[in-house]
Amino acid sequence: MGQNLETLSQKPPAKASRKTWSLQKGETLSGFLFVSPMLIGVSILVLIPIIATLVLGFADWNFVQGFDGIKWVGIQNFVNLFQDEMFLRSVRNTFIFLLTVPIYMLVSMVLAILIDRYVYLKGYFKIAYFVPYVSMTVAVAVVWQVLFQPSYGPINEMLKAIGISDPPKWIADPNFALISIMMISIWISIGFNMIIYIAGLQSIPKDLYEAADIDGANGWTKFRRITFPLLSPTSFFLLVTGIIATFKVFDVVAVMTQGGPIGSTSMMVWYLYETAFINLKVGYASSIAVVLFAFVLLITFGQWIAQKKWVNY
Amino acid sequence: MQTREGLDLRKIVVTIVMFVGSILFLLPFIWMLVTSFKVESEVFTYPIQWLPKEWNAIENYKEVWFGQYPFTMYYWNSIKVAVITTTLSCLVSAMAAYGFSKIKFKASNFLFMIVLVTYMIPGQAILIPQFILYRNIGLFDSHLGLIMLGSFSVLGTFMLRQFFMGLHQEFIESAKIDGAGHGRIFWSIAMPLVKPAVATYAILRFIWTWNDYQNPLIFIRSDRLLTLPIAVQKFTSMSGEFYSLIMAAAVSAILPLILIFIIGQKSVIEGIALGGVKG
Repeated sequence: MGQNLETLSQKPPAKASRKTWSLQKGETLSGFLFVSPMLIGVSILVLIPIIATLVLGFADWNFVQGFDGIKWVGIQNFVNLFQDEMFLRSVRNTFIFLLTVPIYMLVSMVLAILIDRYVYLKGYFKIAYFVPYVSMTVAVAVVWQVLFQPSYGPINEMLKAIGISDPPKWIADPNFALISIMMISIWISIGFNMIIYIAGLQSIPKDLYEAADIDGANGWTKFRRITFPLLSPTSFFLLVTGIIATFKVFDVVAVMTQGGPIGSTSMMVWYLYETAFINLKVGYASSIAVVLFAFVLLITFGQWIAQKKWVNY
Repeated sequence: MQTREGLDLRKIVVTIVMFVGSILFLLPFIWMLVTSFKVESEVFTYPIQWLPKEWNAIENYKEVWFGQYPFTMYYWNSIKVAVITTTLSCLVSAMAAYGFSKIKFKASNFLFMIVLVTYMIPGQAILIPQFILYRNIGLFDSHLGLIMLGSFSVLGTFMLRQFFMGLHQEFIESAKIDGAGHGRIFWSIAMPLVKPAVATYAILRFIWTWNDYQNPLIFIRSDRLLTLPIAVQKFTSMSGEFYSLIMAAAVSAILPLILIFIIGQKSVIEGIALGGVKG
């Protein structure tokens, strides 16, 4: 971006000849030509919809009514949202789901360090732990659905075999459903985080470790004093992307539980989907979208501020 | 490190432990594959049969591919949508990336900021207006609509822009002196030089499009237009208790991805690591 800033601030020379002027015009034209497909697409499919979402958040509207049926209700939708037990529950579940982020980050960091330094067959391990991430979430969710089958599924059969006579009903039990889905999400996310951590590890200068070796530092000290602090930009990046990804969790919930049993796995995006496309309440769903958008925006801004204090470059 | 020749005992131990861990990690996939070969009555026998006693593979897969919910059709839909989306997305992204990095023009910075902002927007927050828009311009329930949704991803622009910026400006200047326009420079000079980056992005975009569940769920209604993720789900709810068939469907949906990933794994992993991208 620096490069662009520079070029923008460069004023054209005061006595520009007619020829350079027309050259500049040509450049501007071709610049626009090159970026216009993306710009037009983004404007129609993203920018206008954002504005429309913000506007619709203040309306009471149902898909079947047509455009004439729009009623403007001001902030009523938002007032309702904060008294809507299901919505509050979805927000709470989303926040509980955030716990997966530090868990998979920690596991991924340990795996990355082991794979980067302490194993043979690195290539195999990278692929093996990465497979759940590239696999189709829907197909994977279907497989887990069967594995978690409460009365004769393989997982509970195994638990019974090792002496647990009354294993949890997993996704069928309101107390366990969210945790079950969180476990699957952790399993899927490990690969992605691990790959980023391996890249982060490889950018740490080797001579730091050599110097530490000369000073006689042991593995734990090296981890605490070198690896962990120098991985902090990576960790920070993964934390932010992980939090944002949590706010977008949808596939697993939609396939495995549809928000149930009794709302125990309803997350913000699921509730948004259910309100808009099952209950057809467009205005109300838009106000959920606005809240979702606000959360993501807050996180992104928080990131800018926190980055300075938190990260060791 | 270099002084250590031969095998390191600690490394061997860690490798073995990690190998066991990786098998446990992959167990759901192994179970899925094995189950897809079984006859239904053997699916839930315990202890788990890791090798089917009775093979029913051909019958299961035949049912999935040519039965009531024919995967041949969904495969074709998925391939069509994923290939066109990937191609279009690479082209649009590469053009924008070139425009933003190699052409100095007014408003470039401002426009890039706009594109940057859209990157933060959670896709789900704009689903409703997109849905309304699609209903009104006739893109609802069509592959074209699905393709459009996937083709304007800003991510590709960011990734490729990094690579275009790495190209020396002299290349472009000298081509210009030789009388080439930007179109020519882009296509015959810049694109060949960033080919590996485009290939990486293409593989990622293909995987993401192949896996996309949300857009087809909302924007496709007709059975004959469904792509694989929805087809897997429909197939599952239709097949009810026929878990061997469901697993054959899941294997069919995942297998091409695993193959593409193994073939292109180096560029996928590098691309992910380099761009820190999350689809």
